[in-house]
Amino acid sequence: MCKSQQQVQLLFILCLAAGIEIDGQVESDTQSEEDEGKEKISKKQPRRETVRAGRLERKKPQRDKEDESKEEENCPRQNRASRRKKHQKKNGDGKNAEVKERDKKASTKDQKNSENKEKKTNKKQKEGENKQKKDRKNSTSSESSNSFDEESLSEEELAMLMEQVEQRKKLISTMRNKPWRMVKKLSVLREAQAFVEKFEGALGKGKGKKLYAYKMMMAKKWVKFKRDFDNFKTQCIPWEMKIKEVESHFGSSVASYFIFLRWMYGVNLVLFGLIFGLVIIPEILMGMPYGSMPRKTVPRAEQATAMDFSVLWDFEGYIKYSALFYGYYNNQRTIGWLKYRLPMAYFMVGISVFGYSLMVVIRSMARNANQSTADGDDDNFIFSWKMFTSWDYLIGNPETADNKFASITTGFKESIVDEQESNKDENIHLRRFLRVLANVLIICCLCGSGYLIYFVVKRSQTFSKMQNVGWYERNEVEIVMSLLGMFCPPLFETIAALENYHPRIGLKWQLGRIFALFLGNLYTFLLALMDDVNEKLAEEDVVKNITRWMLLGHHNSSMGNSSADTPPPLDPADVPRGPCWETTVGIEFVRLTVSDILVTYVTILVGDFIRACFVRFVNYCWCWDLEAGFPSYAEFDISGNVLGLVFNQGMIWMGSFYAPGLVGINVLRLLTSMYFQCWAVMSSNVPHERVFKASKSNNFYMGLLLLILFLSLLPVAYTIMSLPPSFDCGPFSGKKRMYEVIQETIELDFPLFIAKIFIFLAILHTSWLSHLSLVPCGEAISVTAGGIYSTAKAWHSKITCSKNMFFFSFFFQVIYLKFVSIASDHFSFEATSETMLNP
Amino acid sequence: MTVFLLVYRLHGRYHEMAPNVVPMDYTKDPDVKLPMQLIINMPELKENPFKERIVESFSEDGEGSLSFNDFVDMFSVLSEMAPRELKAIYAFKIYDFNTDNFICKADLEKTLNKLTREELTAEEITLVCEKVIEEADMDGDGKLGFADFENMISKAPDFLSFSFMFHI
Repeated sequence: MCKSQQQVQLLFILCLAAGIEIDGQVESDTQSEEDEGKEKISKKQPRRETVRAGRLERKKPQRDKEDESKEEENCPRQNRASRRKKHQKKNGDGKNAEVKERDKKASTKDQKNSENKEKKTNKKQKEGENKQKKDRKNSTSSESSNSFDEESLSEEELAMLMEQVEQRKKLISTMRNKPWRMVKKLSVLREAQAFVEKFEGALGKGKGKKLYAYKMMMAKKWVKFKRDFDNFKTQCIPWEMKIKEVESHFGSSVASYFIFLRWMYGVNLVLFGLIFGLVIIPEILMGMPYGSMPRKTVPRAEQATAMDFSVLWDFEGYIKYSALFYGYYNNQRTIGWLKYRLPMAYFMVGISVFGYSLMVVIRSMARNANQSTADGDDDNFIFSWKMFTSWDYLIGNPETADNKFASITTGFKESIVDEQESNKDENIHLRRFLRVLANVLIICCLCGSGYLIYFVVKRSQTFSKMQNVGWYERNEVEIVMSLLGMFCPPLFETIAALENYHPRIGLKWQLGRIFALFLGNLYTFLLALMDDVNEKLAEEDVVKNITRWMLLGHHNSSMGNSSADTPPPLDPADVPRGPCWETTVGIEFVRLTVSDILVTYVTILVGDFIRACFVRFVNYCWCWDLEAGFPSYAEFDISGNVLGLVFNQGMIWMGSFYAPGLVGINVLRLLTSMYFQCWAVMSSNVPHERVFKASKSNNFYMGLLLLILFLSLLPVAYTIMSLPPSFDCGPFSGKKRMYEVIQETIELDFPLFIAKIFIFLAILHTSWLSHLSLVPCGEAISVTAGGIYSTAKAWHSKITCSKNMFFFSFFFQVIYLKFVSIASDHFSFEATSETMLNP
Repeated sequence: MTVFLLVYRLHGRYHEMAPNVVPMDYTKDPDVKLPMQLIINMPELKENPFKERIVESFSEDGEGSLSFNDFVDMFSVLSEMAPRELKAIYAFKIYDFNTDNFICKADLEKTLNKLTREELTAEEITLVCEKVIEEADMDGDGKLGFADFENMISKAPDFLSFSFMFHI
């Protein structure tokens, strides 16, 4: 008996779980809607007992009702409920007959029981509600008697009825918001539902209920699916838990570095996908294989040592003649059965790497700018929100709870520091003077180091011409650079102590200064590279002649020896090779990146880990307290790491055109960095003494990145525009300039008139732009930065022409002008001459 | 269907806390209440610093013993489907330690100590409490009434996302 009763009760709950829908379903069973009331009243008496049984079970699915009514809330309440009722009149279900009756008895029974209970609790609210309910009940019964006594309803009664139904519906949908006890909610809800169900039928609406219920179900499923998908997406974000852990122990500023690292990893992954998919794979799959051409083969002279590890480590040997570098690529216009235009693809991918990076950085800045302005308004309740909304109620794991407590404490400390900073009042004149003094000192340092670098580089150029150079003279530049890099940043920090800034602002100044210092580094590197390139270009002319003579000689000799018509081809390994300056440049960048990686990892290992081990274990037998005094545990150096990341990315951007495999190496590097640095931070670092909140926007880092992007774009653009490609290696060999590949594609692959259009546009553009010397904001946006600006604007429509965008668009215009002026010398002039010669 | 299962699961959870006392069959409307000690050992509540207050504010007698109705009430308010206003009402009750319908300075201090496991110094605690009252107290009586609390919490971005919510 118990079991079957339970079954029935469960069924009952199931039906109730569908909430109001059941009421609708129930309606369908009646012969006529007007009879409902009569049935209800007549069957009231004998069914009292069975109803009581079901009443308490219904308390359980209160959640369901809330679920239903919550979903209702979100849509126009009245329409939905009414339509639902209409729809479900059509449904018939056997078991619902039972349910319906119990339902109806229950509502009246409920009222009685709830009234009793309410008397016991003696809450004012409930008394008030009770009275309201009673009134409603009275009106219900009066209404029911009215409507069912008459066959046809008059206009006014209809209107009144409708109003009451609306009232009930509103009550049902707001039921969730009321802070009543469960029992009371249940009873009121039952009553209101019964009323609505009974009388809506009477109002004669009844079409399309099935469809409506189906639509509702689909809508609910869709909402649930969207929510699950969002949860899934959040779970997919890699390293989220790791970063949260770091954040809880070290604060948000350290965590912001890791978030930046993760973002960089994403960007590099996309760039790698572009390059790998569009350049490397086609060449490997559809191009000529290794060993078939001179450019793809290790020269005879080098073959003996080509597999040695030391040679490979220097990126010579087999690696040099692989798809990793520019020199491997063939200049065949189309390759494979797909007729894939590899040189064109190579050029376009090179350009789009910069284009994509620019777009992504600007989009990120725009998004951050939006966020920070929004947050600015909400500074009113920082402490209140920290206190009342910081605990995560979903935490069930004791370790996570520990982390959370730590992070909440850290958060409070951060905010207290912020608060105290803003409360400080000191002598403003003294502070200004000290700041000016500090800046003067630092500018002196920077100038001094700049001159030192210039001097040393000049000296090294004279040394390279001399004969007997010792080890020191050969490596002087690197030694000086390393020493500067080691000693200047701490020097800047000590001077910055004079300035007495908030730690967050102090960090920015420090970053800016170290950035200026590293620019000197960049300058020497590029200078050395350019010297190398020029040397190679000179060498090339010589080699070109040699090659020509040699091939001729080989031709003649082979003609003489054999009687075959065609001479046997010279083995590719024996052909004299040009110096291929692009590959050399690529190799330089790859070497630089690899040594940078090694230096970073070794520094972390020694500077953080070994130091921590030393302090921890040797402390037992040391005279002074190692942990409190020198050297103590290291703090995570945010500025150094961020700058390292930014400069590394600059190198990648510069080198990826000449070494397509470089981006792949960088992806690996970022991946291992993430794990390695997370481990190192958690195991060997201590939180900063003054824990400060990172600035809400990451825009400072993004600004540095943007600057580096432009700086790395310039050398690449210069070499593309003005240097001739090598004659025997790379996808552009044989052309006078690399960008000629575009011309060639337009001429050969597009219909004739498009070529003419391009030429016409190019002339128009350059002649018009050459008249503009200084470009104001409006014109800049409309002409060139319009594309970039409108992209940013489309993403975040709240952005207006703010100061940042003005500056960027101006910058773009300047850069663009520079390109166009170089290009105009080569491109349009030739094009115009061509069109004039070949109509 | 899943909603029904959730409620059924709730009953299962309630039952398994005290199988001898809680009946499987609720037809006879048993007057069963579980004491606070059992409830605060639930995994959802165990790590929560405010677990005692939560259970107290949902119990009818204010002592912390929950009947099944109150139990369902608690989970429904703390679920992700409950509306913000309702959560705000109960949040106010929870943070009001002395149940005088105001969150006064002493309440704030207790909240802060629970949140940080008493890791802040007395100075820092006073500073934070004063700042909170300064930020949120609109009517200037030196303590937070429900209107002040509601006003402040309605603007909070985090309130609905993860704080003040359980999953079952």
